[in-house]
Amino acid sequence: MKPVILWSDALIFLLVISLALFFWRLRNDPQTRERWAEVFSSRLGMVAFTVIAAYIMVALLDSLHFRRALENPESLATEEVFYDNKVTSVFDVLTGGMGERFERTYSAPFALLSFEKENIKDADGHDIRDFPPLRHAGQHLSHPDERAGDILGKSVRALLWGLLLCALVITPQWLLLRGSRFPWLASWTTQAVILCSAVWMVSLSRHYHILGTDQGGADVLFQSLKGIRTGVLLGTLATLVMLPIAVTLGVMAGYFKGWVDDVVQYLYTTLSSIPGILLIAASVLLFQVYIDLNPDFFAVGMEKADAKFIALCFILGVTSWSTLCRLIRAETLKISQLGYVQAAHAFGVSHTRILGRHVLPNVVHIILITFVLDFSALVLAEAVLSYIGVGVDPSMGSWGNMINGARSELSREPTIWWTLTGAFFFMFVLVLAANLFSDLVRDAFDPRTSLRRASA
Amino acid sequence: MFAYIVRRLIYAIPILVGVNLLTFTLFFVVNSPDDMAASQLGDKYVTPEAIENWKQKNGYDKPLFLNPDAAGVAQLTDTIFFDKSVRLFAFDFGRSESGRDITTDVATRMWPSLAVALPTFLVGIGVNICVALMVVMFRGTRLDRGAVFVFVALMSISYLFYIIGGQFLVAKTWRLVPISGFHTEGQVWKFLILPVLVGVVAGIGAGARWYRTLFLEEANQDYVRTARAKGCSELSILFRHILPNALIPILTGVVVLIPSLFMGSLLIESFFGIPGLGSYMLDAINSQDFAIVRSMVFIGSILYIIGLLLTDISYTWADPRVRLS
Amino acid sequence: MLFRLAAPRTRAAQLLIGAALLAGCTDGPWNNPNPESPPGLVTYQSVMTPLPPKHLDPALSYASDESLFLMQIYEPPMGYHYLKRPYELLPLGVEDFPQITYINAEGETIDPEAEDVAYSVYELTVRADARYQPHPAFAVDDRGAPRYLFADASESRPYRQISDFPELGSRPVAANDYVYAIKRLADPFNASPMLGFMAQYIVGMEDFSARLKDVPRDGWVNLDDYTMDGLQVVDDRTFRITIKGRYPQFSYWLAMHFFSPIAPEVDRFFHNPGFLDRNLTLDWWPVGSGPFMMVKNDPNSEIVLERNPNFREDYFPMEGAPGDAEQGLLEDAGKRLPLIDRAVFRLEKEVLSLWTKFLQGYYDRSGESHGNTNRVFDQAFVVGPNGVELGAELASHGITVSPDVKPAIYYYGFNMRDPVLGGYSEERRKLRRALQIAFDTEEYLNIFYKGNGIAAQSPIPPGIPGFVEGEAGINPYVYDWVDGAPKRKSIEHARQLLTEAGYPNGRDARTGEPLKIFIDVQSQAISSTSMNWMDRAFGRIGVQVEYRPADWNRTREKLLTGNTQIFSHGWLADYPDPENFLFLLYGPESPLICKCDGANNASYERPEYDELFRQMRILPPGEERDALVARMVDLYREDAVWLFGYYPKDIYLNNPWVHNNKRHGISKNTLKYVRIDDDLRERKREEWNQPVIWPLYAMSALLVALLLPGIIAYRRRLRATARQ
Repeated sequence: MKPVILWSDALIFLLVISLALFFWRLRNDPQTRERWAEVFSSRLGMVAFTVIAAYIMVALLDSLHFRRALENPESLATEEVFYDNKVTSVFDVLTGGMGERFERTYSAPFALLSFEKENIKDADGHDIRDFPPLRHAGQHLSHPDERAGDILGKSVRALLWGLLLCALVITPQWLLLRGSRFPWLASWTTQAVILCSAVWMVSLSRHYHILGTDQGGADVLFQSLKGIRTGVLLGTLATLVMLPIAVTLGVMAGYFKGWVDDVVQYLYTTLSSIPGILLIAASVLLFQVYIDLNPDFFAVGMEKADAKFIALCFILGVTSWSTLCRLIRAETLKISQLGYVQAAHAFGVSHTRILGRHVLPNVVHIILITFVLDFSALVLAEAVLSYIGVGVDPSMGSWGNMINGARSELSREPTIWWTLTGAFFFMFVLVLAANLFSDLVRDAFDPRTSLRRASA
Repeated sequence: MFAYIVRRLIYAIPILVGVNLLTFTLFFVVNSPDDMAASQLGDKYVTPEAIENWKQKNGYDKPLFLNPDAAGVAQLTDTIFFDKSVRLFAFDFGRSESGRDITTDVATRMWPSLAVALPTFLVGIGVNICVALMVVMFRGTRLDRGAVFVFVALMSISYLFYIIGGQFLVAKTWRLVPISGFHTEGQVWKFLILPVLVGVVAGIGAGARWYRTLFLEEANQDYVRTARAKGCSELSILFRHILPNALIPILTGVVVLIPSLFMGSLLIESFFGIPGLGSYMLDAINSQDFAIVRSMVFIGSILYIIGLLLTDISYTWADPRVRLS
Repeated sequence: MLFRLAAPRTRAAQLLIGAALLAGCTDGPWNNPNPESPPGLVTYQSVMTPLPPKHLDPALSYASDESLFLMQIYEPPMGYHYLKRPYELLPLGVEDFPQITYINAEGETIDPEAEDVAYSVYELTVRADARYQPHPAFAVDDRGAPRYLFADASESRPYRQISDFPELGSRPVAANDYVYAIKRLADPFNASPMLGFMAQYIVGMEDFSARLKDVPRDGWVNLDDYTMDGLQVVDDRTFRITIKGRYPQFSYWLAMHFFSPIAPEVDRFFHNPGFLDRNLTLDWWPVGSGPFMMVKNDPNSEIVLERNPNFREDYFPMEGAPGDAEQGLLEDAGKRLPLIDRAVFRLEKEVLSLWTKFLQGYYDRSGESHGNTNRVFDQAFVVGPNGVELGAELASHGITVSPDVKPAIYYYGFNMRDPVLGGYSEERRKLRRALQIAFDTEEYLNIFYKGNGIAAQSPIPPGIPGFVEGEAGINPYVYDWVDGAPKRKSIEHARQLLTEAGYPNGRDARTGEPLKIFIDVQSQAISSTSMNWMDRAFGRIGVQVEYRPADWNRTREKLLTGNTQIFSHGWLADYPDPENFLFLLYGPESPLICKCDGANNASYERPEYDELFRQMRILPPGEERDALVARMVDLYREDAVWLFGYYPKDIYLNNPWVHNNKRHGISKNTLKYVRIDDDLRERKREEWNQPVIWPLYAMSALLVALLLPGIIAYRRRLRATARQ
C-alpha cells in the first residue's frame, strides 16, 4: 500500500486545519463567540451543521488515497513492490466494496434481474432471450419472491446495528455536553439518522444495488456517494483559491486608495463584465490543453483528473473573486476612516502593522459570509458546467456528470430514473443544508441584519 | 446628467479593450490559428496548403499582437488582434469561422432570446412580489418560517432539474405543450409557456426570499408603525406604504439585469431549442468558434456596463437626494 | 373567479393556462411543435442534429450531415442504385457511364491493358433533360442580360434572402457547368478539402491552383477565363476529364457532391456586392438540378426543401435486391420521383425533445442525419440476434425499423512504432493479439451501442468487395469457428499469449513491472462508464490501462506526430471499394512518412503490404484483385495492427406512415424515394397527443389550497386587530 496525496487532498486538509486553527484563535474573542453561539442556538442551525459535517467527513475520508500493492507472482525474482494504477480511498474501503460489484449493464433499484434482455440458456439448455439474473444482487435468495421479506429483515437488522453504532458515537457526546445551552439533541437526532442510514446502505448494498446500476453496470449509489467529495471540495476550494487574491487586492485598494484603487477597480470591473460562462469555458479549455501537452507531469490518470479539478476550482474562484474584492474594498475604506486607524497613522505605525492589527481582523466576517454563501452556488454551478462540457473530468465521479449522462436515459422506455434521483438527492441535501446554514451565519454576522433585529 | 453618461461611456473603453485582450489571449493559447483551420476544414484530407489558404482567407495569417516585420505603428496595427478587435468597436463583428455574418446572426437571434427572457423576467418579478407580500402578511408566524424554508429548498434544486422535470412532466407525460422548438409562424406563445414557467418557478425561491427581506425592512420602519397607529388597515399598509417604498430597492436591484435580457439564458435556450443568443454562445463554445465568442463577450461586456449605468440613473430617479456628478 | 376555475369543467381548466391555448385547440393537438405546412403539399418532417450544416457549397463541404442536403439539391455525374446491394454505380447527371480512353505519354490512344498508360480520359455526356431549379441567378431581362447584377452594396440592400427576388429563371445543365465546378475545387480561394487530394490525379489542377493564387479578388472571378489542362468542353453537353495514370476508383469520386455542376452565373450572382454581409452565398443557398431545391435556410431553426419543378424525369427503380419486394419496397416501382413535395429539417439539440417529438409523431423518421447510434436514439431499442427489438411503446406505435450496416469502420489502433506495443517481432504480435482477445468487442457493442454494430474481422466492412462472410472470413488469431458462429478465443489463451510475449500475468518477466497501456481518447467521445468497462476488460489479463483524453485538435496533433500508443479513429467510406479501406494501412499514408494528414495513423509499414496495395489500386475488379485483397487482410491479421474495430449499423426508425425507408450506406440522395401517407399521419398524431388534463385541475386545486388558508388567516388577523 502506498499513500497518494493528490493536490486537492492536500488542499482540503490544509483548509480544514486552517479553519480549525482559526476558530481556536477566535475562541477568546467574546464578540465572535457570541455570534457563533447565535448560529448554533437554533435547532435548524444544529441540524444543518451536522449534515454539512457529515458530508465533509465523507469528503475527507474520500480524500485519503492510496494505491494497493500488487502481489508479485512467484516466478518473479525481484523483491521490488509494484502498485496498482488505480487509486483507492479509505472511503472506498469503508463502503465494503460497494463500488466493486459490477453488473453487465443497467439494473433497477433492488432488482434481481438485469434491465436488458440477453441471450441466455434456460433450465433445459435452450437458447432463449430473457432478462438474466444479476451477478451481485439477491444471490442468497432461493426464490425471487423472498425478496421483500429479505429486504425488510435485513433492514431491521441493519437498523439495530445502526442504533448500536449511534449509542457508541452519541453517548460520549452526551456525557461531555450535558447541560450545554445549545440544542444538541437536534444534532444527535440528525447524527442518528445519518449513521443508521449509512449502516443500512453499506449492509444492504452487499446484497442488492440500492439505487440500481448504470450503463456500465456500476453501482449508482456508490457513484452518488463519490460525488460528495467532488461537490464539497469544489465548493470550498474555489473560494479558498480566490481568497488570497481577493483579500490582498481588496484591502490594498481600500487602504492605499489612489492609483492602486484605480487599477484594482479596473481589474474587477473588466473581469466581471465578461459573461462568466464564457470566461470559464475558455479558461477550462486552456487548462485542458496545458495538461494534454504535459502528460508526463502526472503518474496516474487520477492525478491528471485532479489537476483539471484544481484548475476548475481556480477558474471558478477567479471568475467570482470580484464580488468579494469589492466588498472588502468598501469595508476597508470604511475602516481606514475610523478614528483609531487614523490615530495609528498619526503615531507612525507601519502599514503592515495597521493592516494586520486593525484592518484584516475586521474584514474576516465578510470573508466568512462569502465563503458560506458561495459554497452552495458553486456546488450547483458544477452541474451546469458539466452540461456545457467544461466540468470536472468524466473519470472523476460528480453529480454534474451523472445528471449530464442521465438526461438521455430519461428518454428511454421504460424510463431510467435512478441515476438522476441519486444525484438529485445527495446534491439537494447538501445544498439545502448549506443554504440554511449560510442564512443563519449571515443573520448572525451581517451588521445590517443585526441592526434590524435590534430596532425591531 | 448627460455629461455623466458620456464620461461613463468613455470610461468603458479601457474596460472593453481589457476584455478583448483577455479573450484573445485565452483563446489563442487554446487554439492556434492552425487548429482553428483544421477543425473548420473537417477531418479528411486536410493538407497544409488548405490550412494556409483558410488562414489567409479568414485573416489569421498575421502575428497575434506584435508584427516585427512592419514599421512604426503598423507593428501594432498590422496584427490579428488589432484587425479583429478594432472592428468590434464599430459594431462590425465580422464573420464567424464558418463564414456567416455575425452581426446578422446576432440581430436575428436577439429577438427569440428576448421573447423568452422578457416574460420570464416580468412574470417572475410579479409572482415573486405577490408571494413575498403574502408571506410578509404573516411575518413572525410559523407560516412565515415555513415559507422561508420552502424558498430555501426551492433554491437548493439545480436549475437543470427544473428544466428536465418540466419537460418530462408537462411536455412528455402530459402532452400539454410542445417539448421544445420555436417558430414565428403562428402561435409563438405555445413555445414560450414551458420555458417561462420553468424560469419563473426556478426563480421563486431566491426571488421571493429577497423581496421578503426588502418588505420586512420596510415593515419595520417607523412610518409603518405610524400608519398602523393611525388605524390604517393591514391591507392598505401593505399596498399603500410598504410596497411603493420597497419598489425602490427592487427597481435599483433589477435594473442591472435588464440589458442582459438580450443575451438570453444559455440553459433554457439550449434545452428548449430556442434560437437565441444563449444557444448561440453554447454552440460557439462547443465548436470553439472564436469569432462568435469574441463578439458575444464584447456584447456581454457592453450590456453589463449599460446595466451599471442604468442602475446609477435609476438611483437618482428613485431618490432625488442622489446627484450624479 | 377562483371557484369557477376550480370547477371540474374542461373549459375552466383551459382558462387556467390562458385563453390563448383555447384558440390553439382549433388546429390539432396542443403540443404540435411544427409550423403549419402549406395545404395540399405532402411535407416530410425531419431533424438536423446536433448542429446545422456549416457548409453547403459542394466544393467546401465534407461532412455527411451536409451532404444530406447537398445530395437532394445537386446531381453529380454518377449515383448509386437505390435498392441493389452490393452497391451499384449508375449514371445520374450524365447519360451514361464515362467513356474511358487510355493514352500514353506521347498522347496516343492505347489499349486499356497496356503497361505504359500515362493518362486516362473520362468523357461524359450531360443528360438532355437536366435543368436547374428556378432561381434569380438565371433571371434575365428583355435583352437577355442578367436581371440581378448590382453595381454596389446599396443597390442590393432590399434583398435579404432568396425569396426576396421576384423574378426567377432556369436553363438546362451544360457540360461547362461540370467543368466550372471542378475549377472551383481547384481555386485556392475556396479552400476546398478536395484540392490537395484531387490535384494528385486531375491533370493541370495544381498548375491552375497556383495561377489563381495571385489573381486579385475583388468581386467575382470568372473561372471560365482560365483553363485547366485536364478539362475539356467538347460541346454543350459533352466534356472530358483527364487524370494521371490509371485510377479506376475515379468513377466513384464522380458520384460525390464535389463534382456536381455549378452554373457560372450562379457563382456570379452570389458575388454581387453586399450579398456576403447578408449570408447570401453559395455556401448557404445551393442551386442545383436535383429533385429538391432549398427555399429556406435558417441554420438557427430549420432548413426547408421543396420539389424542384424543373427536375428531370426520374422514376422509382423497377427492381431491387432479393427480399425488397417482400418488404414492400417495390410498391412504388415506376412512379415519377420525387414522391413528396416538401421536406422540413428542424434543428434539434436535446435528445429528450428529439425522442419525444418522434414518439409523438411530429418527426416522421429518426436517424436521418445521425444514424440512431451512439447515444442519440439508441435508448429505445436493442439489436438482438433476431434483429432489432423495440420497446413496448415503439412497438405499439407500429414503428418500423430499417437497419443497414454502414460502409464504415471505427477502430482503436496500435501505434506500430511504439516501443512497447509496436514492432513486428513474434513477441509483439502475441502481445497485441492478447490485448485483442481481452477486449470483448461483442460485449462492448452490446452494452454501449445497443448491439448496433458488428465486430470487425478485417478492415473491410460488409457490402464492400473483399468482405468475406462465414468461417472463411474470421480472424483466426482472435476467433474460433464454433457451432456456425465466430467465438472469441478464451481469456486463458490471451494469458498464454501474454506469457509467451514476456508478460506473465501482465507483469514484465524481467523487471516485474506491470504492463501499462495508454489509450488516447477524445474527451467528448468517451464516457467514464466505457473507460471503467475497458479497465475491467484488460484487468482480466492483468494489464493496467491509462487514458489520455484530449480534445479533437490535440488528438489530431498526437496522431500526426505519432505521439500515441493506442488511438481511436473511424473511417467512413467515400466509395464502396476495398481500396478506400485498405489504404488506411498503406505505409506511405503514415503521417510520419508523408508528413501530411495521412490516414495510416497506426504507421503500419510492411513492404509486402505496400507492394500489394500498389498493384491492387490500379487493377479492375475481379478475381486477381480479390486475391490481393485477401492477402492484404491476412497480413493485417497476422500483424494485429488494430486493437479492435467494428462496423457501425445505421438504423432508421420509421413512423408507420413513412414508406421506402431502405438505407443506403453511401448515397444520400434517397429523399426522393420517400413516400408519406398524410391521412394516416394526421390520424395517428391526433390519437397519440391527447393532452392529460388532470394536472391542470390539480394545479389549480393546489393554488386554491395555498391561497385559501392565507385568506382565512388574514381575515382572522384583521378581526383580531380590529378587536384590539
